[in-house]
Amino acid sequence: MTARPDPAASAATDTAAAETGRRVVRTMRRALRWSLPEILFWLVAFASIFLLPGQHLILTEIAILAVFALSIDLILGYAGIVSLGHAAMYGAGAYAAGLYAIHVTGEPLTGLVVGAAAGAVIAFATSFLLLRGGDLTRLMVTLGVAAVLFEIANKAYRITGGADGLQGIWMDPILGRFDFDLAGHTGYVYCLIVLFLLFLLARLVVNSPFGISLKAIRENPLRASAVGIPVNPRLVAIYTLAGAYAGVAGALFTHTQQFISLDALAFQKSADGLLVLIIGGTGYLYGGMIGALAYKVIQDVIANITPQYWLFWIGLLMVVFVLWGRDKPQRIFATLAARLRHRREGRE
Amino acid sequence: MTVVLETRNLCRNFNALKATQDVSFQLHEGARHALIGPNGAGKTTFINLLTGVLAPTSGEVLLMGQPITRLSRHGRVRRGLARTFQINQLFPELSVVESLGLVISERRGNGADWWRYAGRLPGLGEEVAQIACDFGLDEVLDQRVADLPYGKQRLLEIALAIALKPRVLLLDEPAAGVPEADRHEVLARLAVLPGDVSILLIEHDMSLVFTFASRISVLVEGALYAEGTAEEIAADERVKAVYLGEGDDE
Repeated sequence: MTARPDPAASAATDTAAAETGRRVVRTMRRALRWSLPEILFWLVAFASIFLLPGQHLILTEIAILAVFALSIDLILGYAGIVSLGHAAMYGAGAYAAGLYAIHVTGEPLTGLVVGAAAGAVIAFATSFLLLRGGDLTRLMVTLGVAAVLFEIANKAYRITGGADGLQGIWMDPILGRFDFDLAGHTGYVYCLIVLFLLFLLARLVVNSPFGISLKAIRENPLRASAVGIPVNPRLVAIYTLAGAYAGVAGALFTHTQQFISLDALAFQKSADGLLVLIIGGTGYLYGGMIGALAYKVIQDVIANITPQYWLFWIGLLMVVFVLWGRDKPQRIFATLAARLRHRREGRE
Repeated sequence: MTVVLETRNLCRNFNALKATQDVSFQLHEGARHALIGPNGAGKTTFINLLTGVLAPTSGEVLLMGQPITRLSRHGRVRRGLARTFQINQLFPELSVVESLGLVISERRGNGADWWRYAGRLPGLGEEVAQIACDFGLDEVLDQRVADLPYGKQRLLEIALAIALKPRVLLLDEPAAGVPEADRHEVLARLAVLPGDVSILLIEHDMSLVFTFASRISVLVEGALYAEGTAEEIAADERVKAVYLGEGDDE
């Protein structure tokens, strides 16, 4: 049926197709290339190790919050799964890492793996509850799962320390060489490196065929299944991976604080993560990190100005931001990258 | 001739409503077959039963002689059954390249690969380009699907199904809503779809049915009412009475 009677015309079409092919490959490879804002972002992040030695404690908190928000971005920004209970996986990772340090060994790197596994197990087991129903169902289910885990940790005080928190965690030096110090220098470098590695993995995953299929599911699950994408297995997979990320964030918290309270499983934790991601923007991986930085810095500044009423100001700023400033950081990032790309391509 | 898609005594009830009644239908290899029927005849329900969106109350669906009645939607796609939708079902925030690329990598079995960039899959770019050129989408490759004009979106709707290299293609009113100016482009595309793909066209538009299809089935109140060559159906007084007469004023 696809007869091409004229050989000359067909040759012309073939050249056009080859040219288009090159253009397609170029477009597809664009995602692989590191843009200048991206490179600058990480240079500044690593430079802060040397430039801001006095701020390492708060920077550690920011890096951990960023890992947590990155985890939420994987499910919300890419697969479109809304959650109000992401603390479930964070808390599971934190407690698992804490118990592992107390009862098995204080070696941190295997502790990270244990935290990741705990987060992944909780996520995998509860992911099946998210497959049916819409956003509202998912909000309620995730909220419920986190509330149940919170109450279990509260009641199982013999194991978790309950409301008193889990105490007696001692960490060994990282790789047997780098001791956790009180000023938090080691802790910060440790958290930043883990954040960077997890970011690299996330960057690969979201630009892989798997990652693009998640976006397709987010955009249109009906069509996604009609082009042969197994929707539910993909959602289970990304939710489990995000659970591992959140578990690592929890483990990092345990390793650097060496104390866990029930706050790790509290609703406030889930809300913080979501808030941070909304400030920074979803679906481009940097949102969680930019949001975590902005959120913590603003919190810190306001708390210094009015120690009693900081929550009032944070609340007000959030409302104003969501109404007027949402997606701004993402747009600035994208515009900057696009402009630089055009200049470079113009020169080529 | 080989039967590629078949239903046997297919029924689907919605409470008291019999949306599909005992439909036994055969689609032959390489066919250009149209399924017509007045509004509410159960055409959409029938498609949903074929593709696995709905489960039948009773009866069977067979693809290439294999029963697929209990197979998932994506499982049926993997066996070669593709469809397009009456109302565009696209991925608005993805680009044309991403949309086509994801369908092709899914077909090749690379859809779950998380360990490599999509842009590194060998030969993917060339295949995306080929389909984009075939469907006149080569000028809008890196545009967001949501920003495309409706005519281009309609072409992409069909291109996504063709990118699956299906053996059986269900076209659900492919020209629906396309502005008159873009209509010929969509129709020209339909005319040159690969001959080895067996096509079932679900259509309301009689002129399109008679130019495209050589065989026609008529569905009325969920049941197969008549079937025959285009000429036979055009001459069938019963069909005219229930359907064609009513369709004249459209």
